[in-house]
Amino acid sequence: MTDVVVTGLGATTPLGGDVASTWEALLAGRSGVSRITDDWAKEFPAQLVARLAQDPAEQLDRVRARRLDRSQQVAVIAAEQAWRESGAADAGVAPERVAVVFGTGIGGALTLLGQDDVLEEKGPKRVSPFTIPMLMPNGPAAAVGLAVGARGGVHAPVSACASGAEAIRWGLDLLRFDRADVVLVGGAEACVHPLPMAGFAAMRAMSTRNDEPERASRPFDKARDGFVLGEGAAALVLERADAARARGAQVHARLAGAGATADGYDLVAPHPEGEGAGRAISAALRDAGLSATDIGHVNAHATSTPVGDTAEAAAIRDSVGDHVLVTATKSQTGHLLGAAGALESVFTILALRDQLVPATANLDDPDDDAAVQALDIVRREARKAPLTAAVNDSFGFGGHNIALVFTTP
Amino acid sequence: MSEDIQAGLAEILEEVAGVAPADATPEKSFTEDLDVDSLSMVEIATAVEDKFGVAIPDDELGNIKTVGDAISFIQKNK
Repeated sequence: MTDVVVTGLGATTPLGGDVASTWEALLAGRSGVSRITDDWAKEFPAQLVARLAQDPAEQLDRVRARRLDRSQQVAVIAAEQAWRESGAADAGVAPERVAVVFGTGIGGALTLLGQDDVLEEKGPKRVSPFTIPMLMPNGPAAAVGLAVGARGGVHAPVSACASGAEAIRWGLDLLRFDRADVVLVGGAEACVHPLPMAGFAAMRAMSTRNDEPERASRPFDKARDGFVLGEGAAALVLERADAARARGAQVHARLAGAGATADGYDLVAPHPEGEGAGRAISAALRDAGLSATDIGHVNAHATSTPVGDTAEAAAIRDSVGDHVLVTATKSQTGHLLGAAGALESVFTILALRDQLVPATANLDDPDDDAAVQALDIVRREARKAPLTAAVNDSFGFGGHNIALVFTTP
Repeated sequence: MSEDIQAGLAEILEEVAGVAPADATPEKSFTEDLDVDSLSMVEIATAVEDKFGVAIPDDELGNIKTVGDAISFIQKNK
C-alpha cells in the first residue's frame, strides 16, 4: 500500500491565526468562546460563538478579500500556510500533479444571506456579480486551487461536520490511486450569522450557557447542553512518503488509514450506540493495518451535545477500547463544522509530534453514562504519553462518519 | 470635466479592482492593462451609476474597452 505522509500544516482558528499560536493556546487552556454583543443576538436563546482570533482582513490583500466569502478567505489563509510550510512549490511539482480537496459544511452562507438583504432592499440589479462564486459550496476548494495553482483536480466534499475529515480521506485516495503527487486538503467554515444560529438553536443543538461563555463547550461533562458555533479553517499537505523523503521534506506524520461509513439511522440524530461511528474507526484501523492496541490517543468529535457525546464514547470504547487517551478540543475551539475534522487532525498530528495529549476543558464531572465512565478522558491538564498512533473521528448531520489514523513518521 | 470623471473613475477602479489611481489613464485597457475581469466590470458599472448617475446598459458595457471609452460614455450620457 502507498505510504502517505503529511508535510505541511496550516490553520486560522478561534485560538490563533496560525498553527503554532493555536496549539499554544490550546495547551494553555485558553477558550475561543465569547458572547455575541450584537443587538440581533439579544433575543436569541444561544448567544455564544467562537470567532476567529485574527481577522482575515489582516492576513489577506483587501481587493482579493472582497471577492471571497469569509469561508473562502479562511480556507485560503490556512491552505497558503500549509503550502508554504511544505515547500512543495519550491520542489518543482508540476501543477497538473497538484490536487486540492477542501470541504465545508455550509458554504458561503454569509454571502447568500447578505446578498438576499441587498436583493430585498435594493432590487436584483444591485446583487453582486460575485454572489454565485462566493456562495457555492465548492468555493473554498476553488479559491484554494487558484491560490496554489493546482491543476490536477479540485474537489469539494460536503458532509456537514465530517467534511474536513472527508477531504483528508479523499486526498489519501487520490495519492493511493496515483491521481496526483501532492494534495492540499482541509476544511473551512464561517457562518456566524443570525440564520444558522437560529436554525441550530431551533434544533436545541446549541449551548445556552450564555452567562459563562468559556464554560459552555463541555464535551462528556454531565452539565453539557449543546455545542458552540466556531469559525475557521485548517489545511494539510499530503504526499507519498517516498517522494517527500526524496525531496527532503519535513514529515509531520503518516496518514496511515481512513474509514468512512454511514449510520443509515436518522437524518440528524446519531445512532445511540455509535454503531456507524465505531464501524468507521474499525475500518480505518484495518485500512492502516493496525490493531486497536496500537492506538494511544483519540481526538474525539465530541461537540458537547447530550446525545452525540455518549454515542461517540460507546463507539470509541467498542472499536478502540478503553486504554486510549481521549480528548475533546472543541471544549476550547467551539465547533468549526466543516473545518472541525481538519483542525482536529492537525491537533492529532501535533499530539503525536509532542507526545502530549491536550486536556478537555470544562470536564468537571464526567457523564454517568457507562461508556463515558469507561474512557480515559484527559482533563485538567495536558498529559505526556508515548504515542505512536492516534485516531481522529468526525461525524456529520446526515449520518456521515469518518475516521482517520495518523502515526509518527 | 473629463479630469473630474477620470478621477472619479480612478477611485472606483481602486476600490473594486485595486488599480493604482496613477495607472487609470485614458489609453489603458481594462482587461489587457489593468487586469479587470468581466465580473469586476459589472461592479464598476454599478459604481459608475451611483457616482455619476449614468447607467451603462449591458450591450454598451461590452463596447467599453478602455478607461477613455468609459470617460467618453459618461460624458456623453451625463
